[in-house]
Amino acid sequence: MTVFIIRRLMQSVVVVLLMSFLVFGGVNLVGDPVEMMVSDEADQEERERVIRSMGLDKPWYAQYGYFVINALEGDLGKSFVYGEPALQIIVHHIPATFELALTALVMAIVIGIPLGVYAGLKNETKAAKVIMAGSILGFSLPTFWVGLMFIMVFAVMLGWLPSTGRGETVPFLGMQVSFFTMDGLRHLLLPALNLALFKISLVIRLSRAGTREAVHQDYIKFARAKGLSTRRVIFVHLMKNILIPVVTVLGLEFGALIAFSVVTETVFAWPGMGKLIIDSIQNLDRPVIVAYLMIIVIIFVIINLVVDVLYSILDPRVRLQDVKG
Amino acid sequence: MSNGIEQTLPAEEAPTAAKIDTPFRRFLSDFFDSPVATGATIVLGCIIFIALFAPLISPTDPYDLATVSVLDGKLPPGAESMDGMTFWLGTDGAGRDLVSAMFYGLRISLGVGVMSGIIAMCIGATVGLAAAYFGGRTDNLIMRLVDIQLSFPSILVALILLAVLGKGVDKIVIALVIAQWAYYARTVRGSALVERSKEYIEAATCLALGHKRIVFRHLLPNCLPPLIVVGTIQTAHAISLEATLSFLGVGLPVSEPSLGLLIANGFDYMLSGRYWISFFPGIALLITIVTINLVGDKLRDVLNPRLQR
Repeated sequence: MTVFIIRRLMQSVVVVLLMSFLVFGGVNLVGDPVEMMVSDEADQEERERVIRSMGLDKPWYAQYGYFVINALEGDLGKSFVYGEPALQIIVHHIPATFELALTALVMAIVIGIPLGVYAGLKNETKAAKVIMAGSILGFSLPTFWVGLMFIMVFAVMLGWLPSTGRGETVPFLGMQVSFFTMDGLRHLLLPALNLALFKISLVIRLSRAGTREAVHQDYIKFARAKGLSTRRVIFVHLMKNILIPVVTVLGLEFGALIAFSVVTETVFAWPGMGKLIIDSIQNLDRPVIVAYLMIIVIIFVIINLVVDVLYSILDPRVRLQDVKG
Repeated sequence: MSNGIEQTLPAEEAPTAAKIDTPFRRFLSDFFDSPVATGATIVLGCIIFIALFAPLISPTDPYDLATVSVLDGKLPPGAESMDGMTFWLGTDGAGRDLVSAMFYGLRISLGVGVMSGIIAMCIGATVGLAAAYFGGRTDNLIMRLVDIQLSFPSILVALILLAVLGKGVDKIVIALVIAQWAYYARTVRGSALVERSKEYIEAATCLALGHKRIVFRHLLPNCLPPLIVVGTIQTAHAISLEATLSFLGVGLPVSEPSLGLLIANGFDYMLSGRYWISFFPGIALLITIVTINLVGDKLRDVLNPRLQR
């Protein structure tokens, strides 16, 4: 186990290093680093200060060293637009994105599992076929376009829900969250559903497949033969067994939700990390771009590491194979 | 079962035998067995036709400044222009006929998707074959790289690359290729590993044929069916990804108006109730992706020997 964790940790460090190399290369070698790190309005004095602080008179490996040392100290430059340290701006935007992703995850479970189980149990019915067709559509629909249509229908035509921004938030555990106000929840509903749509389809497919497999197993037959009510067979015996793969896959997909929130946040003007990066790319706010790229890679590496370790605890074959290989 | 994969493959043999049940014929009859797949193929054919011949069949040239008039801007579907022409799906903010703009957009979207799909397939297949054929360290290294990359969602990989590279057709193709090669590599390696242990590869090795010949003439053709399936589905994914990135403003430049950019343009007008500028290009995108996915799904069913009767 220890060997496995050490191996995975080393791999994570390699990924972060590779990524820092790519970002560094993109910023410093492809373009003019002074142009990249100094805003266009800066005067000569500022330019020279930056050139000296980045050590641009030194060879590239020394420059890379400066970049890594500065990054480790949490100094990734100041945003041109906000005038604050880039890292701090990103950290401020993280709670909004996590809130959105978490809500979408819960929606995927709450909506997806019942529909999937139903489609698996009543395989031949019309309703089941409609659910499965819907899930194919959910896979194919481009997220951003569905978001636009949500705004079109629910905000513009029906006027039920607000279309942009985050509602009223209250501090909770040191973060601003919108779960506890009506206004916050109203603002959260459309973006979260939009983000969840793809995952709902995924959960429907997974739980349907799981159900179809499980209903033929002996333990279900035995539970039926024992004379248990259908409800008990489904909710206790069946559920327990299909939940494991569904929850595992969803855990893996949490990272994808954070990545895809870039799209949803842009459509609904949700003030999270994703909207920040798109705005920064459009404003050429380079320090924020660099900081975002590093942070998102670190977030992903941590998610992958946690999932891998949890997986190896649940399924020892994974880690045995890895140590051998 | 053991030779099921080969049976469904060789397309060239079909014309030689008129009455015999050739693999290709069986493939065709299996494929067109389902009305859904047949319908999807026909629709997809129409879409490809439109994309190829957009300049010839479009009612107007939406990017010819001489014929486009701002006075015709934001007209609803079915409205008539100043000189009596009907805009069946309305016009956008600059007065362009939406039907024509969509035809041209389809051309760009499909072009980018298919081009990046083919390049990614070539790179991915070569790398995957190399991993499976040489095994050992090469395999380990390549698959580690593939695993690491697949742990990041493709949209994130593409976004990171575009943030560094900037906008442009070449850049989005590069980004899509890098975001997708790993899927091809993993698929090809999987099926090549199975094929490699079979007798015909052993026979080829005993005949002392070169690595290149064994890999490309013997191994590759037998790994094609899963590659084709992944290819169709990944192409649909590439089209969707390009539209998303262009919508976000990090993909194609404004000079290459793909479907994603058309939808993005319509976003500004939507809040005032002019839904059609975003709605119809989105429908076109949706139909394209759904039909490609349906064809891919059916291909998987037909080409997978395990699912056959």
